[in-house]
Amino acid sequence: MSEYFSNIKIGASTIATGMAITLKHFFNAVKRKGDAGIDDADYFKQVDGLCTLQYPREVVPTPTIGRYRLFNNIEDCIGCNQCDRACPVECITIETIKVTSDDLAACGKTSGGQQKRFWLPVFDIDVAKCMTCGICVSVCPTDCLVHSPVADFSEFDVRNMVYHYGNLSKIEADAKRKKLEEEKAAKEKAAAEAAARGEAPPRPAPKPKPAPGPAPEGAEAGE
Amino acid sequence: MSHAPSLNTWSDALAGFNLGWFPLGLVIVAAIPLVFIALYALTYGVYGERKISAFMQDRLGPMEVGPWGLLQTLADILKLLQKEDIVPTAADKFLFVIGPLVMFVGSFLAFVVLPFGPAFIGADLNVGLFYAIGIVALEVVGILASGWGSNNKWALYGAVRSVAQIVSYEIPASIALLCGAMMAGTLSMQQFCVAQSGPFGLLHWYLFSNPVAWLPFLIYFISSLAETNRAPFDIPEAESELVAGFFTEYTGMKFAMFFLAEYGSMFMVSGIISIVFLGGWASPLPNIGSFALNTMTSGPVWGTFWIIMKSFFFIFVQMWLRWTLPRLRVDQLMYLCWKVLTPFAFVAFVLTAVWEIYK
Repeated sequence: MSEYFSNIKIGASTIATGMAITLKHFFNAVKRKGDAGIDDADYFKQVDGLCTLQYPREVVPTPTIGRYRLFNNIEDCIGCNQCDRACPVECITIETIKVTSDDLAACGKTSGGQQKRFWLPVFDIDVAKCMTCGICVSVCPTDCLVHSPVADFSEFDVRNMVYHYGNLSKIEADAKRKKLEEEKAAKEKAAAEAAARGEAPPRPAPKPKPAPGPAPEGAEAGE
Repeated sequence: MSHAPSLNTWSDALAGFNLGWFPLGLVIVAAIPLVFIALYALTYGVYGERKISAFMQDRLGPMEVGPWGLLQTLADILKLLQKEDIVPTAADKFLFVIGPLVMFVGSFLAFVVLPFGPAFIGADLNVGLFYAIGIVALEVVGILASGWGSNNKWALYGAVRSVAQIVSYEIPASIALLCGAMMAGTLSMQQFCVAQSGPFGLLHWYLFSNPVAWLPFLIYFISSLAETNRAPFDIPEAESELVAGFFTEYTGMKFAMFFLAEYGSMFMVSGIISIVFLGGWASPLPNIGSFALNTMTSGPVWGTFWIIMKSFFFIFVQMWLRWTLPRLRVDQLMYLCWKVLTPFAFVAFVLTAVWEIYK
């Protein structure tokens, strides 16, 4: 019998406590809870109150060192294709056109002073696929591929999630391709003439091989 | 008995108003509570509950539709109207369709005896309280019809639980109200209010003038929560275990009908508790000497204001409890009803009788 009454007593007192807590929160709803993070010293001294953030209008600032959306600084990109190969989800698509020897100056150098040897008509990053693992960033020899602090990049059309960083228009790319082919044809012609004359060694074959090779070394040296 | 001469003047005048053979006045008398339920369920019921629950949980609640989300309920109604009215193929069509109707009618019929102020009441029955208790039991039929007719396990569980719960809780609720009837010596809802109005305002209310009235008051309040399926007695709906309980299969306006019925009966039990224990339309303010605050705040319009405010206060308490307490288990529910509330209701009954004899 005493348990019966103590049960009722506990029931009444716990209900009263609970209702006092909810009523306190109800009246606290005129205030906003402070913005202090868990690492702030006065975290526990903040006023109680509404903690809803009305997202698109109110945003917690992302940290400046945040790694979210991939960004490629195409001016510094040498088209080495390493990020594409490193990407576990294949979200990067790169298309390169070799720069003809007379265009090297037009193609320019990276900010590290390294000669760029590829035109990049296509450098697409599908940020919808990207899982921000950062492997592509760590392999990038010129540090042009980075995760930016932009966290909100939602789109209504999934196709808009593909970001195009290529720096050549279609017409320009076709022109460059044509130019490269012409140069190639000219070189082959010259090589064939040289072969006809009995000189074998200077071939275009060994030349493209070292081209991607020294590029990363050059970048490291440039830093 | 200061208000006795002006009782029911508005509703009597309306009832005598005929348009040829058509009793237009009676239709208006019936339509006023209906419009009131719809308006109150729209504003306070849905929007208010969402806001109150949000504030109690440190949230903001609806904010997007209109300023402060004020038009949210209209958007919800628009959505409900556009929904397809589905009747499951395996459902018992007749029961499925009449379920929500019976439930809404059951909750609406009790408004017949609910006085909206001293000048307006649907019908001033001399057995008003008895009628209100009895007619609410009609809701059980609607719940069982919809739960059984849905041909859905969850719905059936919800319906059976609800019936067990409502039938059980009617006993302590009725005994608690009987205490009120003993104090007033009447069953007429208007006479309850008349008996509790006087120059000293809230000191005439039974809750404050009678030292034992708090016990039946609490018992009726707890039981009324169970009768309206409100938390912590919402096991018939129990979102987390039964989807939506007896109205799991309902869509569109039938679903809205359940909501309307729930908010209607919430107002109705709040109205009954404020009439029986808190003076109904009687003003809480006392006359202080020559400063006749009570007389100033009495009358048909003020009376309407007071009874609606008192009922809204109890609806607020219902919402407040809903967002405080977890749901009771089925056995705890029955324990509370049969082992706690019912014996205490008998104790309250005896105490009230003793007080009424020897006071």
